[in-house]
Amino acid sequence: MTRRSFLRLLSAASLTALTMMSAQHDRAWAQGKPGVLRVAMTAGDIPLTTGQPSQGGEGIRFMGITLYDGLTRWDLSKSDKAAQIIPALAESWVVNPADQKIWTFTLRKGVTFHDGSEFNADAVVWNLDKLMKKESPQFDQSQANQAASYFAPIASWRKIDDWTVEITTKRVDAVLPYNLASLFMSSPKRWEELGKDWAKFAEKPSGTGPWMLESFKPRERAELVRNPNHWDKTRITKSERLILLPMPDANTRVAALLSGQVDWIEAPPPDSVPRLKQQKMQIVTNLYPHIWPYQLSFLDDSPFKDIRIRKAANLAIDREGIAKMLGGLAVPAKGMVDDKHPWFGKPTFQIKYDPAQAKALLKEAGYGPDKPVKVKVIISPSGSGQMQPLPMNEFIKENFKDVGIDMEFEVMDWEALRTRRRLGADAPENKGRHGINNSWAYWDPDIGLIAAAGSFARVPVGFNWGDYKDAKADELALKAKAAFDAAEQNKILAELHTRLVDEAMWIWVVHDLNPRAMRPNVKGFVQAQSWFQDLTPVSVE
Amino acid sequence: MLIYVLRRILYTVPIAIGVSLVCFALIHLAPGDPLSSIIPEGASPETVAQIRTAYGFDRPLPVQYLKWLGHVVTGDFGTSIMTRRPVLSEVLPAIANTLTLAAAAVTFGFLLGCAFGVVSGYVAGTPTDRAVTAVSITGVSIPHYWLGMVLIVVFAVNLNLLPATGMGEGGSGSFGFGWDSLQYLILPALTLSVIPAGIIARSVRGTVAEVRKQDYMQTLYAKGLPGRRVFVHVVKNALPAVLAVMGLQLAQLLGGSILVETVFSWPGTGFLLNNAIFTRDLPMLQGTILVLAMFFVLINLLVDILQTAVDPRIKRA
Repeated sequence: MTRRSFLRLLSAASLTALTMMSAQHDRAWAQGKPGVLRVAMTAGDIPLTTGQPSQGGEGIRFMGITLYDGLTRWDLSKSDKAAQIIPALAESWVVNPADQKIWTFTLRKGVTFHDGSEFNADAVVWNLDKLMKKESPQFDQSQANQAASYFAPIASWRKIDDWTVEITTKRVDAVLPYNLASLFMSSPKRWEELGKDWAKFAEKPSGTGPWMLESFKPRERAELVRNPNHWDKTRITKSERLILLPMPDANTRVAALLSGQVDWIEAPPPDSVPRLKQQKMQIVTNLYPHIWPYQLSFLDDSPFKDIRIRKAANLAIDREGIAKMLGGLAVPAKGMVDDKHPWFGKPTFQIKYDPAQAKALLKEAGYGPDKPVKVKVIISPSGSGQMQPLPMNEFIKENFKDVGIDMEFEVMDWEALRTRRRLGADAPENKGRHGINNSWAYWDPDIGLIAAAGSFARVPVGFNWGDYKDAKADELALKAKAAFDAAEQNKILAELHTRLVDEAMWIWVVHDLNPRAMRPNVKGFVQAQSWFQDLTPVSVE
Repeated sequence: MLIYVLRRILYTVPIAIGVSLVCFALIHLAPGDPLSSIIPEGASPETVAQIRTAYGFDRPLPVQYLKWLGHVVTGDFGTSIMTRRPVLSEVLPAIANTLTLAAAAVTFGFLLGCAFGVVSGYVAGTPTDRAVTAVSITGVSIPHYWLGMVLIVVFAVNLNLLPATGMGEGGSGSFGFGWDSLQYLILPALTLSVIPAGIIARSVRGTVAEVRKQDYMQTLYAKGLPGRRVFVHVVKNALPAVLAVMGLQLAQLLGGSILVETVFSWPGTGFLLNNAIFTRDLPMLQGTILVLAMFFVLINLLVDILQTAVDPRIKRA
């Protein structure tokens, strides 16, 4: 055989082998399996599995309410109204009328952890010690970090009997049940069995949730299986297995869905939606407690101290145009909360696109297109909940320019921006900055309204970045904090929201629609108006 | 030779210290609070102070650096802020995954680069040379993350021939040499190989063309040596220069590619770094960068030694 014919033979053999390989392999990755739900998360890593997940709202969505339960939980079964807090591991609770700081929780009987041990008052006390009692052997700094804002109102706790627990708050605080939905119960028995080692617990966690962790590999995947013994029989998972895959790149998520490698992706980019629809993928959206705003400075050097300028800025923005630019994945905001939310109220200041009125207000304040008011705001090129911040900010800058507001940006990365927000407008680093473009949540009354507006809630103890001071808002905020009846609290919060909109406390732009895309064979998902979602009714056919 | 090797090893110590100092300083000079991603919303100043103390960020920077360096020397690269897992236990599997990818990319890149370079160098100045050079320049110029996305769209989405992301159904733990695993490697490796292929092709072309101009080549032909034997001499003479370029490319590939590994969700060092940057996980960043820098230094050292072995004139110089 000559060298040339040998080479020819080798090439032919290689080609045949390649063709056979490609024809024979079953492309398992592209097929999926009935009963197995494969989800691509936006996170770059698997959230902490020990009880209090990392990775913010996404962590709670996929590694919090899946493996664990709290004393309360969000009702995520409805898509047509904002998610509400309902009983979970606590069947009921009462507030001591003589001292409204004392809450008594009656625990649900017959609940077991994934390891078979019983959930009771000792487990609740053990878990609260885990987060707040530094001298307790189970104290875990990592979980404490994740949960600090949720346990912040709690002063003390104790067991009354096996099925009753008493929790005392630092001050009268009707918001406590919201916080308890994110304080998750890990199994004391499993922790003991694993040598009291949280690192080992992370690999073999045990909660009371509807899913059990079977395995996980950092930054690659986590596999959860159905908990057939979950205490709530209506929430026994429809899928046998849930596979979570970290996929931070949005285009990669889309490609993974289109190629059949996953069944469900979080946050598809707006420009991918037409292609996904064309390929018969389901695009699921709904309102949720998210707002894309500019939080404003009320310091002496800030033009936004003048309500006319705040109102003019709110009226200068073409929100419909922005929503269109975002492929319809956003809705124009009319305030901090969406107009269907029970806290919306009846503001008299109508937030809409009205450049003529914006110009009139600016003229009254001594400004206009010929003599623009100069403002400087902090923005980020990306970040959790920030949507498409660069094109959106550029769009608004043009809107502002048209009416006589000259907006300058200081661009920094997301974590740097969060640090600057945590410092407050009066920090030396923030001198001369009149606003900060930090997306916001209103999943509970504190973060959404009370601690964002109360003058008693300046950062870092609250969320009032710009030193907003309004006696009327303070009064309503404190009243809401002490309203234990949900309907009464909603009514007061609606009054508070009305006040904040009428005062144009921030510049509110759009609400994100929380898009996710899934293959046509994914059934049963109800997208709640919440940052969290219930995967238990979801099946893959 | 032994003294030369020992001297080169000794040179790596100040380099390592310098690298550790630079990476520590750069990371701490970056704006933002290293704990911002784990300090909860609305945390009180007491809570923030307690977290800062727990992670050792309340101490002066020089003290933090020396303490970190002291631990590194004993093999303790610290604990990740985000995952609470030891940094080394995160970095080593990631390096193994990047090595797998780099090995495949190196194979593609070196074979393509050498083939293109040799062909181009042999026919320097001809239209074939210009065509091959154009292809090589395109390879160097093309943004590989863009190429990665294009390959995904073509081969994973449209043709449905290869998977788009990850290391397989069982993840990196069950990655093997079967088609089930290797199919996940093809697209990222091809993407990653394009730049080294282009650089190596350009370098090999220049060296081969230069060697072929030397007088001793004419002598070899004049003595009646067949082309195949002359080719061996060309390769031998071009090898030291080409090895240096290959070593640098290999070291760069071992560092992983943040963009390519993120696009393909490949759990290597690039993916790890990307995650650590976005979560401000300083111990993870410091540890990973230091380990990668040491890899770079080590590979350069090995290439230097290899070059010296191939061409003893380098040692004398």
